[in-house]
Amino acid sequence: MHQGQRGTEPATITNGYGQLAANVLARAKACGATEADIVVADGETFSVQVRVGTVDRLTKAREKRLGLRVFIGKRSATTSTSDFSQDSLERLVADTCTLARAVVEDDVSGLPDAAQMATDQPGLDLYDETVLDTETQIDWAKRGEAAAFATDPRITNSEGAEFDSSSGRVVLANSHGFVGSYKSSNFSLSVSPIATESTTGAMQRDAWYEVQRKFARLASAESIGQKAAERAVRRLGARKVATKRVPVVFDQEMAGSLLANLCGAISGYGLYKRASFLLDQLGQTIASDLMTVYDDGRMAGGLGSRPFDGEGLATRKNTIVERGVLRSYLLDTYSGRKLGLPSTGNASRSVGESPSVGPTNFYLVPGLKSAQEIIGSVKEGLYVTELIGFGINMVTGDYSRGASGFWIENGELAYPVEEITIAGNLKQMFKDVEVIGSDLVFRGRIASPTLKISELMVAGN
Amino acid sequence: MLEPVQLAKFGVTELEAQHALDRLNVRDIDYADLYFESRTSESVSMEEGIVKRAAKSVSQGVGVRATAGEKTGFAYSDELTKKDLEIAADTARYIANSPQGASPVPVPTQRRPTRDLYPIERAKAEVATADRVALLNAIDAEARRYDPRIKNVMASFNTEYKVVAVATSDGTLVGDIQPLSRLQITCIAEDGDNRQAGSFGGGGRVGFEYYLEDNRHLSYAREAAREAILNLSAVDAPAGVMPVVLAGGWPGILLHEAIGHGLEADFNRKKTSAFSSLIGKRVASDVCTIVDDGTLPFRRGSLNMDDEGTPTSCTTLIEKGILRRYITDKLNARLMGIPLTGNGRRENYQSVVLPRMTNTFMLAGESDPQDIIRSVKKGLYAVSFGGGQVDITNGKFVFSASEAYLIEDGQITKPVKGATLIGSGPEILTKVSMVGHDLKLDNGIGTCGKDGQSVPVGVGLPTIKIDEITVGGTQR
Repeated sequence: MHQGQRGTEPATITNGYGQLAANVLARAKACGATEADIVVADGETFSVQVRVGTVDRLTKAREKRLGLRVFIGKRSATTSTSDFSQDSLERLVADTCTLARAVVEDDVSGLPDAAQMATDQPGLDLYDETVLDTETQIDWAKRGEAAAFATDPRITNSEGAEFDSSSGRVVLANSHGFVGSYKSSNFSLSVSPIATESTTGAMQRDAWYEVQRKFARLASAESIGQKAAERAVRRLGARKVATKRVPVVFDQEMAGSLLANLCGAISGYGLYKRASFLLDQLGQTIASDLMTVYDDGRMAGGLGSRPFDGEGLATRKNTIVERGVLRSYLLDTYSGRKLGLPSTGNASRSVGESPSVGPTNFYLVPGLKSAQEIIGSVKEGLYVTELIGFGINMVTGDYSRGASGFWIENGELAYPVEEITIAGNLKQMFKDVEVIGSDLVFRGRIASPTLKISELMVAGN
Repeated sequence: MLEPVQLAKFGVTELEAQHALDRLNVRDIDYADLYFESRTSESVSMEEGIVKRAAKSVSQGVGVRATAGEKTGFAYSDELTKKDLEIAADTARYIANSPQGASPVPVPTQRRPTRDLYPIERAKAEVATADRVALLNAIDAEARRYDPRIKNVMASFNTEYKVVAVATSDGTLVGDIQPLSRLQITCIAEDGDNRQAGSFGGGGRVGFEYYLEDNRHLSYAREAAREAILNLSAVDAPAGVMPVVLAGGWPGILLHEAIGHGLEADFNRKKTSAFSSLIGKRVASDVCTIVDDGTLPFRRGSLNMDDEGTPTSCTTLIEKGILRRYITDKLNARLMGIPLTGNGRRENYQSVVLPRMTNTFMLAGESDPQDIIRSVKKGLYAVSFGGGQVDITNGKFVFSASEAYLIEDGQITKPVKGATLIGSGPEILTKVSMVGHDLKLDNGIGTCGKDGQSVPVGVGLPTIKIDEITVGGTQR
């Protein structure tokens, strides 16, 4: 394996961007902006896709982008560009101020108070300076896919394996004098094999993946490929089931999708627009007393960790749900002001857009039972391993999604199922969480152990 | 009038582009191209009765690609200097495993698109922000006037102005100007504790005046308000297999999910689609003829040329129930030895070309829409949908109704809450027993996602009857 060190430029470039940001902020002020903030992001990405043993696609790039938000009194506008030339930036500032003057005054708009800006910027272990050469990354993808093929003779084809590595930096500065920056990196491998049933020719695809901030923490390519193959093969022979109401066990990934729905429902923007099914529920019981949920922005090496949020506020660990009681929403400054609450440090900022709200590391605290014990407790029911479609109404909580997984009979996975839906209402579903598994693993910004919901409508034949 | 797009717009000379292509065009490389793109996106949005946000974003860059057999090497850059082009070309060439030893590419022969499907003058596309603000204010007032139970109106108006130039190793140097806009409205209705949402929108490769013609913007506002108010009285949706009648227009998303993706050539070349090897076979009832047509004027999914410089076309995918064609880009057409259909599309210069749909719709049939509804004893009538998704490999697809009604004894009765419909792509169209004479294209709101890339698309459908499909409601 070939590894090396990146050059010594980062510090100077960050300083360079700091100066660039200061210049743009000064120019905005000269144009009449009363407040402003600026985000500069740059990075490099590498990606290789291997399919059936040969390189299918290789992509390499560097990119950079700058986003500016100005306030003229209570009016604001946001712009972005990838052209950092002086001409372009002068035009950008002028355009932004013109746009801001064209919109309507909004009483609560503005930067956070100066006193709220983050004063510490811990490293959080988000950056790995490992540089992988092209051959090494191709080799990872090839080994992942080869392991899938070697796992089972029924793996006959492949959507491929993809290895990605990226690193970048973010600089945020505002007219309060705040300047923050951090670097982060990501390494990931995903493998998507296809299994074929020899008798019918029917195919099933599945996938497995892993993402880490540090290259050394990635599981082996072989273990990822093998798991992907096992997941594809076990779906062969899937059938529909009769329509009925049964207990439903969600595997970790699908339980994570329910947690993402919760995250959406308590995010400040949906709440003040009255477009959430969890309005006015602070301090109320919204879920089973088994459920405790945290959002922790400072978990070392976390995929959602960052030292400060999209407005420069320090991130922190917030208790969201405590034994079923809703303790906190997820808020940035604007949505917090709309609701009469302080920001929770959850401003998320993509360059070129005004802040919105997003989770950091949002997770359900694990229980004591293994997934096998949970499945074992079900006489007849569904174990869901994949959900598709967009059948969630965030205003009402009505829930109806395409599902596949396994039918549970007498505590065992009896056979794979597909072409069915599960339906209910999220308000009730969170209250109906009956068992929470012990198997919490962070594979993304939102994570959950296996969980069981006492009853949902399964529609099939 | 469309002007031939000059590379000069990107600060690049024809010679520099030619030189970069030469550098890519080594032994083993079958094809190479440079895709220059400049994009300006603007948006204004309103909520709580005030237009509080305005945004503008500008991006410019080049994507450089070389293909050798099934392999693609790709690099992109937001800098357009000669040196950046060379670095990108060297990266893309990596997959060829052959030394630099350039063979010159042919001098371009195809130099401009053959037609102009969206002749919008830049002057008209550039509308003062104040006019956009006024448009949204009028929408807010109209929606609230529709019913006092409308408590919030969220509306946004987005425009994109994209200039592209494509230079290829097979002798194309061609450009296009691609305007796009969309107006989207969501209303929240409240009645006591009952809260519901309704949405409506539209757009296309059209100018600002399109939204004001016949007060189109106000009719969108009333539609969004109507759906929200209607949902206040919706009952729980049924669960299980039943006949479903789809209304015309946007419910054509069925075609996009159930068969469209499965007919994209890349999945079929790799034999990972449930439709692999089904050309010439029956995949639908004989009342179904389905096309993908990128040549309709002003449509959201239309293009003068695709992102490889190939003119778009109208491709018959399914003719009277028989599968005829896959949709292709250059790479897959060449590897499969099948016709090039002009469906090579990419989200932007940072993404690779994939075979993608344009406007996908079913041709009109002969049935009277009223007769179609009257033929159903107990079932669902679905008028509007949210999103959909498909698993290409096993063919299972879903799409979620946002406005639907029960059909009881041939009559449309109560509105029902949204529910997901799930079916199997290669089977579902064999269950279409009636096709109406009322073909309708959608209003121009579709965005299709594939491999993380979003591109604008259109769909269309006449009223159709599906004899049975699983409806994912909560009631027996």
